[in-house]
Amino acid sequence: MQTISPTAPSPTQTGLLPQVTHARNPGMALDLDWVASVQANTSAIERRAATLPGRRSVKKEHQAAWLLKAISLIDLTTLSGDDTEGRVQRLCSKARQPVAPWMLEKLGMPGLTTGAVCVYHDMVETAVRALEGTSIPVAAVSTGFPAGLSPYRLRIAEIGESVRAGAREIDIVISRRHVLTQNWQAIYDEMRDMREACGEAHVKAILATGELGTLRNVARASLICMMGGADFIKTSTGKEGVNATLPVSLTMIRAVRDYEARTGFKVGYKPAGGIAKAKDALVYLALMKDELGHPWLQPDLFRFGASSLLGDIERQLEHHLTGHYSAANRHAMG
Amino acid sequence: MTIKEIFDSMAYGPAPESATEALAWVAGHNGTFGHWIDGAFTAPGATFTTSNPATGKPLAQVTQGTADDVAQAVAAARRAQPKWARLPAHKRAQYLYALARLTQKHSRLLAVVETLDNGKPIRESRDIDIPLVARHFSYHAGLAQLLPSEHPDLQPLGVCGAVIPWNFPLLMLAWKVAPALAAGNTIVLKPAEYTPLTALLFAEISREAGLPKGVLNIVTGDGSTGAALVDSPVDKIAFTGSTSVGKRIRAATAGTGKALTLELGGKSPYIVFDDADLDSAIEGLVDAIWFNQGQVCCAGSRLLVQEGVAPRFYEKLKRRMDGLRIGDPLDKAIDIGAIVDPIQLATITQLVKDNPEGDHYQAATSVPATGCFYPPTLITGLGTASTLMQEEIFGPVLVAMTFRTPEEAVALANNTRYGLAATLWTENINLALDVAPKLKAGVVWVNATNLFDAAAGFGGVRESGFGREGGWEGLMAYLKPSSKPALLRPVTAPAAPEDPVVDTLDRTAKMYIGGKQARPDSGYSQAICSPKGKLLGHTGIGNRKDIRNAVEAAHAAKGWAKTTAYNRAQVLYFIAENLSARAAEFATRLQDLTGKPGSSEVDASIQRLFTYAAWADKYDGSAKSVPIRGIALAMNEPCGVIGALCPDEAPLLGLISLMAPAIAMGNTVVLVPGAAPLAATDFYQVLDTSDLPPGVVNIVTGPPEDLAKSLAGHMDVDAVWSFSSHPLSALIEREAAGNLKRTWVNHGRARNWMGAEGEGRTFLSQATEIKTVWVPYGE
Repeated sequence: MQTISPTAPSPTQTGLLPQVTHARNPGMALDLDWVASVQANTSAIERRAATLPGRRSVKKEHQAAWLLKAISLIDLTTLSGDDTEGRVQRLCSKARQPVAPWMLEKLGMPGLTTGAVCVYHDMVETAVRALEGTSIPVAAVSTGFPAGLSPYRLRIAEIGESVRAGAREIDIVISRRHVLTQNWQAIYDEMRDMREACGEAHVKAILATGELGTLRNVARASLICMMGGADFIKTSTGKEGVNATLPVSLTMIRAVRDYEARTGFKVGYKPAGGIAKAKDALVYLALMKDELGHPWLQPDLFRFGASSLLGDIERQLEHHLTGHYSAANRHAMG
Repeated sequence: MTIKEIFDSMAYGPAPESATEALAWVAGHNGTFGHWIDGAFTAPGATFTTSNPATGKPLAQVTQGTADDVAQAVAAARRAQPKWARLPAHKRAQYLYALARLTQKHSRLLAVVETLDNGKPIRESRDIDIPLVARHFSYHAGLAQLLPSEHPDLQPLGVCGAVIPWNFPLLMLAWKVAPALAAGNTIVLKPAEYTPLTALLFAEISREAGLPKGVLNIVTGDGSTGAALVDSPVDKIAFTGSTSVGKRIRAATAGTGKALTLELGGKSPYIVFDDADLDSAIEGLVDAIWFNQGQVCCAGSRLLVQEGVAPRFYEKLKRRMDGLRIGDPLDKAIDIGAIVDPIQLATITQLVKDNPEGDHYQAATSVPATGCFYPPTLITGLGTASTLMQEEIFGPVLVAMTFRTPEEAVALANNTRYGLAATLWTENINLALDVAPKLKAGVVWVNATNLFDAAAGFGGVRESGFGREGGWEGLMAYLKPSSKPALLRPVTAPAAPEDPVVDTLDRTAKMYIGGKQARPDSGYSQAICSPKGKLLGHTGIGNRKDIRNAVEAAHAAKGWAKTTAYNRAQVLYFIAENLSARAAEFATRLQDLTGKPGSSEVDASIQRLFTYAAWADKYDGSAKSVPIRGIALAMNEPCGVIGALCPDEAPLLGLISLMAPAIAMGNTVVLVPGAAPLAATDFYQVLDTSDLPPGVVNIVTGPPEDLAKSLAGHMDVDAVWSFSSHPLSALIEREAAGNLKRTWVNHGRARNWMGAEGEGRTFLSQATEIKTVWVPYGE
């Protein structure tokens, strides 16, 4: 296994990708003492999460600006067995033009796009072609998504295939069984291998938090993935029974904060699944702003994995512009 | 700012709650309010201004209550009380239910008025204060409903006077009004001078509940109005506020027979062990010391961090502090609002400025240039002797120090005059459940802070006051036995004749201190004679030094509280056994002392010992049904050291009736026997042979006035009881103001020691403090 010291990163590991404004997390040696010391008090975390929406409120043009920001952070996603080229092309055109041009014009934000488009491997080439001429990256879910139980060799190979097909971001899934059996070394090694397979492409580690049992496990898995070199940690595949929640998010971003405090490297965060309302997006943005700060309100460190969120935001933006509640059929579907 | 600029800056921007409706309500009263007496507003008298502390702008003119105003209000309450008390419980429950519902229906108006008048963030008044008010009335509607079937032998006290603070104006009103009304009392309440508006609004709303006139009365004004209410002919005073005013009220009500509950100040410890979820503990601190600008009696204001994690914890804490938003309390995205008044702001500012020791850190957050604002402040590196570590600041200032071991954490936590609340954070259940009972506090929060609920008792020990609010235990403070006790006739010891009959071998009855017989410090003795003039023996004339020694011995025996209840029961049974073995001797002694046959008193004494041996392991705490995922345990803990002036009329039974419940619950006692002390001094020989650890029971004979004064004034005595036939009640209550120890005195009323009222739950509740331990859980 390749060992990387955080103090002496190699050029390729820290090389700035086009969408990145900070040094890329090179990972670090597995520190099991640190992992063992991690605590997560569930009820306290839930209380903080429960009061958050009542503590922050964004109104009027600030709300509009925040919702536009949310759009810029969306990984517009389709991950279905019935995805076709046509479906993916339609999604990509929505990514290029997420909000009606007249609205963006009025809001003073022409040219706004979503953060990325997220698809299965077989749709990567289609998406890359559909997004030509934009800076919107294509993210591919990988490594036997969503369960991560296909042969290890194939999971690693899948990453390379997707990168070669043009994916600039790879959303890998970790082996939940290693978390549940506390086999931290295995999680770390897996993350290391996958990070290496990604090369220049950014790697988002999907923890599938809905299957990890406890927030303590979520916190520990978050930390290990960052030690293993994840650029992002991500909650869910969207296929688990429970996907992104505020308590899980709080747990993961606290781990991100601790990791930065210890190593100096910023790791991104991506909640995925279940974030469908504009109001939810505002709460998440406030959470990121308050817990981690402004850098985590940019697409290089924060993404929403969402498919239906955009539609609600569009309606809210139109309401902001016209003063009238909007309807879905007034906005182009993705 | 353009949307693009906001898009880049991601600033929050203003999110104001409208004050329109609230200001319209004030304007509807022409901006000037009278009192609320007998179901209507009085014509305004001489007024003072109540202002919005965030802006300094006047909100309304409010009447300064005079003694006459108070008298009128009390008279109205008095008139209304009998009818209110006679209502079927279900009817009172309906009224309280209506008040709960009306609070909900007018919730936003109440919240906005509260925030305008007090300066607290609208989030808190909207999401915490007002919902807790509704919850309190709702819960007490239930208590009212169940009261007659659960406690058929209790009746209301009559008219209650309540004086409440400005930090939770409407919530404190609810805490006083709901139990008072549920129990069948009527009430006169004086809201704080700074924050009278929600009380007036609530009174007006009570009309929509159809509340009978005179049941709820509000008299506004300053401290002099409060003093007038304390001095008025009410039957109870319920006070929440500062310890210094609490002491004055204790002294002012001494001997009047007015029931009293005091919920006072604190300097509550906030303990973070090294295995805690540090981020959550920090978020807890936000809710502890930056909730309501730190103007919370139970604020976790004294941070104790385990040394190994302290540097990291402080760094994380400072970063969190920097993220707190301070400003317009009506803004929905504000964490910290305005200090209630410029005077309070000046007090906080001065206190911090005058004590520059330690490292002062003020949050790097913008503070409005005008209005009463004080930035979140952390002061580390202080010692226990530091003024800021000892004194309640009552502002957003957290003081911190480190500890090494759990034992040291407990010692530091308890190193205070106060004992209101305590918080501890650890992921180790063994540690949490070991430490919680050791903390001197009425409320302990484990891995959480500032959790409140109507079902869970709240209140303090030591100089944080006495009495509990919430739960059945809170309701008990508004009730009394239905029986009307007779006057207690003074019992005096028979005077020694000039020529006493001496027909036995001289026996020396000493005091009993620390398990040893002790001569009186004074070197003086008192002859004890029978009514027929027979010299029965001598007892020492105890003085304050004997009391001092006895209290020290009682403290040295504090391990008694940690013995198992089963063990305490066995000792009590053993005492009964040994007394039984000498029953004839004691019967004769009682006959000699009182001139009446003594065997029935000895039998009753043995029975009483059995009663409390039985109770020792059956006076159970409870698990309260609070609306969280977790438990709130109401644990009965011993008060500590109890001094008791024993009844004169039942020399042996009276003493045992006080001693037995006290030691059954784990207290240690200093007993001052009544008029026939030889029964008590004989009794220590029984104690000596009953495996009772030394110092658990101490007996000091002597003049009751002197000894009562020493005991009640002793700063290391936790409670004083008196059933003496001497008029000691006023003296004891007045002297007890020094450290605000609990008192239980007879006010010259008799108690039938042979009967049911000579034992039972009343005694047990006086012998215990209820500690509510909140333990949220979930993994």
